[in-house]
Amino acid sequence: MSECLTFHYDVDGEDFTSAGQASVQVKKNLRRLGIPPEIIRQVSIAMYEGEINMVIHAGGGNADVIVYEDRIEIILADKGPGIKDVALAMQEGYSTAPDSVRSLGFGAGMGLPNMKRYTDEMTIDTVVGEGTTIKMVVKLR
Amino acid sequence: MKISTLKEVLEAKIVCGEDMLDREVFSACGSDMMSDVLAYVKDQAVLLTGLVNSQVIRTAEMMDMVCIVFVRSKQPTPEMIELARESGMVVLTTDMRLYEACGKLYINGLVGNGRQS
Repeated sequence: MSECLTFHYDVDGEDFTSAGQASVQVKKNLRRLGIPPEIIRQVSIAMYEGEINMVIHAGGGNADVIVYEDRIEIILADKGPGIKDVALAMQEGYSTAPDSVRSLGFGAGMGLPNMKRYTDEMTIDTVVGEGTTIKMVVKLR
Repeated sequence: MKISTLKEVLEAKIVCGEDMLDREVFSACGSDMMSDVLAYVKDQAVLLTGLVNSQVIRTAEMMDMVCIVFVRSKQPTPEMIELARESGMVVLTTDMRLYEACGKLYINGLVGNGRQS
């Protein structure tokens, strides 16, 4: 069975205030589909952190959330600067975000670790100077 | 603890969600770092913070929180209030500082980590 439902969003990189709008929308859509609340929370937190990352580091990008029968996939793609050292970026507390971002409540170096924490699988494809695509999977069973 | 009790304990003013003051909450967390809220919080219904921007409301929404308390007399913007209304959240403001506000709630039985004392 390949029956699935896709939600696509453009993440605006210009405006920190609007960052997270797509995640709020995803949350609403998943609620409507009757997905269990704990799963919804995992998906929306992972996506929210990803969205914030795209706005802070990459000037925005695209987000796709695909609902399959047995899993939900979140694919975040940007054409930002790429991640130089993925292992380092995955360390809790490591951040390259400027202080201006920290004063907004983010940039604590928890974004990528949180995305991994709340999902069952996460893969990062990144090329310095070209961009980053992150795929996350949350299993439904 | 009912949100109405929480409001009294913190001598707080209500910004929105007047019709939801009867809701029960069982735990809370205090932080100005939204990344940490997203990392460490589980099943906490109340967020106390001194940070004022739209991401506070969205973070609370992501965590399924029902009440946000702005400390140190911080005032949310009209956009934030609108977001909170849409998400069905109670928003309060108090003159207390974060430490004092958390302490008062804690000794009145509202603890962290989703545990009841």
